[in-house]
Amino acid sequence: MELLIFLILFPLLIAGLLAVIQAEHVRRAVVISGAVLVGIASLVALAFSVTSQAVFYSVPVNNIGILVFIGDILISGYIIFVSLKARQYVVTGITVIQLILLCAVEYLALTNHAHIPELFSDQLSGIMSAIIGVIGGLICVYALGYMREYHAEHPDRPDTRPRFFGIMFLFLSAMFGIIFSNNLLWLFFFWEITTLCSYLLIRYPNTDEAIKNAFRALLFNLIGGACIPIAFLVILLTGESELIGLHELVSAGPGLALIPAGLIAVAGLAKSAQFPFSSWLVGAMVAPTPVSALLHSSTMVKAGVYIIARFAPVFEGELIGILIALIGGITFLAASAIAISQSNAKKVLAYSTIANLGLIVACCGVGTAEGLWAAILLIIFHAIAKSLLFLSVGTVEHQIHSRNIEDMSGLVTKMPRITMMILIGIAGMFLAPFGMLISKWASLHAFVESVPPFGILLVIIIAYGSGITAFFWAKWMGKLIAVGEPQQKDESHIPGSEKSILYILSALTIVVCFGFPVISWYLIEPWLLTMYQSVTELISLSNIEIMFMMLFLVLIMPFSLARFTRSATRVPRYLCGIPESETMVFTGSCGIKREIELSNYYLDTIFCEKRISRISVGIGIFLIVLILNIIIVGGGL
Amino acid sequence: MSYLQKSPWIIHYDASSCNGCDIEVLACLTPLYDVERFGILNTGNPKHADIFVITGGVNEINREVVKNIYEQMPHPKVVVAVGICACSGGVFKECYNISGGVATVIPVDVYVPGCAARPESIIDGIVQALKILEQKRIALKTTVEGTA
Amino acid sequence: MNPFLAAALFIILAPVVGVLITGLDRILTARMQGRVGPPVLQPWYDIRKLFQKKQVAVWGAQSFFIFCYLIFIIFTGALFFAGGDILLVIFAFTLGHVFLVLGAYVSYSPYAHIGAERELIQLMAVEPMIIIVAIGLYQVNDSFLVGDMINHPGLPILLLPGVFLGFIYILTFKLRKSPFDLATSHHAHQELVKGSTTEFSGFTLGMIELAHIYELVVMLGFIWLFFGNNLFLSAVAIVVIMVLEILVDNCTSRVRWQDAITSAWFVTLVAGAGNIFALSIM
Ligand code: SF4
Repeated sequence: MELLIFLILFPLLIAGLLAVIQAEHVRRAVVISGAVLVGIASLVALAFSVTSQAVFYSVPVNNIGILVFIGDILISGYIIFVSLKARQYVVTGITVIQLILLCAVEYLALTNHAHIPELFSDQLSGIMSAIIGVIGGLICVYALGYMREYHAEHPDRPDTRPRFFGIMFLFLSAMFGIIFSNNLLWLFFFWEITTLCSYLLIRYPNTDEAIKNAFRALLFNLIGGACIPIAFLVILLTGESELIGLHELVSAGPGLALIPAGLIAVAGLAKSAQFPFSSWLVGAMVAPTPVSALLHSSTMVKAGVYIIARFAPVFEGELIGILIALIGGITFLAASAIAISQSNAKKVLAYSTIANLGLIVACCGVGTAEGLWAAILLIIFHAIAKSLLFLSVGTVEHQIHSRNIEDMSGLVTKMPRITMMILIGIAGMFLAPFGMLISKWASLHAFVESVPPFGILLVIIIAYGSGITAFFWAKWMGKLIAVGEPQQKDESHIPGSEKSILYILSALTIVVCFGFPVISWYLIEPWLLTMYQSVTELISLSNIEIMFMMLFLVLIMPFSLARFTRSATRVPRYLCGIPESETMVFTGSCGIKREIELSNYYLDTIFCEKRISRISVGIGIFLIVLILNIIIVGGGL
Repeated sequence: MSYLQKSPWIIHYDASSCNGCDIEVLACLTPLYDVERFGILNTGNPKHADIFVITGGVNEINREVVKNIYEQMPHPKVVVAVGICACSGGVFKECYNISGGVATVIPVDVYVPGCAARPESIIDGIVQALKILEQKRIALKTTVEGTA
Repeated sequence: MNPFLAAALFIILAPVVGVLITGLDRILTARMQGRVGPPVLQPWYDIRKLFQKKQVAVWGAQSFFIFCYLIFIIFTGALFFAGGDILLVIFAFTLGHVFLVLGAYVSYSPYAHIGAERELIQLMAVEPMIIIVAIGLYQVNDSFLVGDMINHPGLPILLLPGVFLGFIYILTFKLRKSPFDLATSHHAHQELVKGSTTEFSGFTLGMIELAHIYELVVMLGFIWLFFGNNLFLSAVAIVVIMVLEILVDNCTSRVRWQDAITSAWFVTLVAGAGNIFALSIM
């Protein structure tokens, strides 16, 4: 499977090229062709994974393990350097610890090395590679137009776009590395690259806030990342050195794998921004929007849940798995609740991302086949719908110069197409029968059966969370379509590349909604079959039919719109009889002209951001410490 | 009998009455008279209402309000002027700020005289209005069909 | 019964049943207030009348969203009575309500806007309990299909007393009865005029009324599920609960939204969640 090597190395090549190219039109050509090639290659990888069993591949280069180790040292060295320069000594400290641990690991690994294939690919890798390749590629192309406007808008910020695009592609390369690695040492290497890239991308605006948040992201990811070398030590010290292979470790069963898997899962929790680590993701919103989209929708955070999903079979019915699931559940509930009190569109998206990742983590934590099925569907739907939302909010932001949802009032008349796409994205996030809801349905089915009484606890959490999600999404939708005074339609300033990317993503959202049974039959179920040997029917045909009926109803509805608009006579809105002189102005008492101003509820006395995050960070820390304790005690026994 | 007559919803507006007639209008809703027997509901919203029950002689300030409420009611609709003030201005007719009857602002279909108008006569007035409402509906239907 | 037949029967019969129940509700309310009240078929007359009126609207899109609302409520009910997956029923139900809320938002009218926000708060307040009802029924029946639930030989309510209690509590929201008629109410003269329905008229308002009637039947159908295949008991329960709701409607005043949501969530947690948690331990 040279394709895997190609997918890892080709973006790297593009990254190198982009870092040196200064001319804008050349960069444009390189980014577009690179993205297209990566997208096609990733789809080919997906197609291969449909037909075949898991494929293993040993890289035919001698001593490549040493090269990876040197790479690890270089990354750590760079982090130590920048953190010392910025006086972020905690970061330095953790990196040093990590490095020492890693040296120990390498020492052990070199003395008794088992030969395991470094790379592999199965259906889950195929799905992930398609997400990274296609959506990541689209985001890179979108970034071309976006970054030009970004620098026009912020002339004070240094324009280092060649480096920026280079890092974006480096990031894609590292992500492919993560999902195709079988050797966990490799996986860790790519893992660290994504951490580093995210740091570099978040600090791109180079403001004080950006630098501070970038270091926070770095810190949290490093704390999580430090658990991985410990896991390696555990593996190597127990003597079975071939267990350093992901596939070997998972098939070894909970007896041997549980403790390393638990440790790696903690790293996954940090990467996917679960409480108590979540604040880095919210802080990362200072970065330009394509970065947010890349980090938070399709790639970086998905690496975290990917690795937890990989180990899900190990967690089935285990206490560690339940605790991980609880962290996910609490994150889902708390992050959704906080999202209610936010008026900044990007922050709403950030919190809802955290919430959805929480749901995915919860599904993986229970570790049943149904749970994993729901988790993978969630990963797919979330990646597409969320990147669509991030990118369209980015576009709107450049047009109306605000990220505030309140300023998007009546956007449907100003930018009907973009609004339509935001609505599709939002519908995809919470409305039946769009994707996320299928997954929520599946996860409820999964939880109700699993590990009583904890499964029911998760069900209760989801029950509350789903009402909350409906609230904040619906009020956003309402804001978009609430028309006070029709505005001049004005979509011509939006760069063509941005627009076409948004079209593609909205089309993808709908296609995946229609195509989810196909994905399930040909990709997810075969994969689950290899993992669990037996898989019951996950979603009955009649339910799929019903979902299609609903989807169809939703989609044809806009066409019946025309009939209704004609039949009604227009009258001004009711203001207790006070006449509206113009569309938005009415005459108040003493003849004073007043304008109607409406604003959404944020309910911040109940859903106060500070209080909720403080409480849930507390619970999160408690649960994490509990997991670590169990691991220590379990390791000692 | 059309459904329109079985379910007349009213909106009641006080266009500078002395409140005497308003009390009587509300009395119609009480157990003694209970107009809900005829399906009559007080909606408080012109967009839901069929019958505009208006009291008082309309002053300069609420002229526009009366017009506005009338315009926001969907067709077919009727106006019932309750009390002698609403009919002609009554004792306030010569007042500097009174326009002298609802009919000076919007077309009135039924006049219910009295100071204050008795609930019985108000109910009677509304029942009269129902017939006019029905006629208007038929007229509206034929004009729409005629034009279409 | 054949699911398609059941769905068709629901679509045809639900308005009849719903109108009768609403009509009796209005008479009973009137009697409680010492009045005679309207004819039983009054709700039907109201809807037919609304369909005869001309339409006025702030924006044409309003009626479109309400049309979607009606369609999805009917769809939900059909799915329910055809014996479908109860979770799907609940999600379709939520979808329908979101359309109602969007319809209210479109007009940018202050009253409708606050009505829409409150409608959402109500949605948020009841959603957990409804999902818990579904889960509780699953625990008893071992199936998410309504078709299986109605064939349960025993009385699920004996195992789900807390869930039942919680459901009755949130039923008040769903039936738009005082003290939880935050968004819009049957009674005139209130701070929000007609809340979320302020800007609708004629045909559109008729669709809302019709949707409410379908909704009522579906909600009462949920009560049925608590009594398995015991039709007599479930009929008695429905009557008792309706009378209770009407009594509460007549002797309470509207609460603030803060109290509404916190109390609903509290009851859900204590009665509903506690019950299903206990069931899963047993
Ligand atoms: S008619 Fe008499 S009771 Fe009625 S408003 Fe005029 S003065 Fe008052």
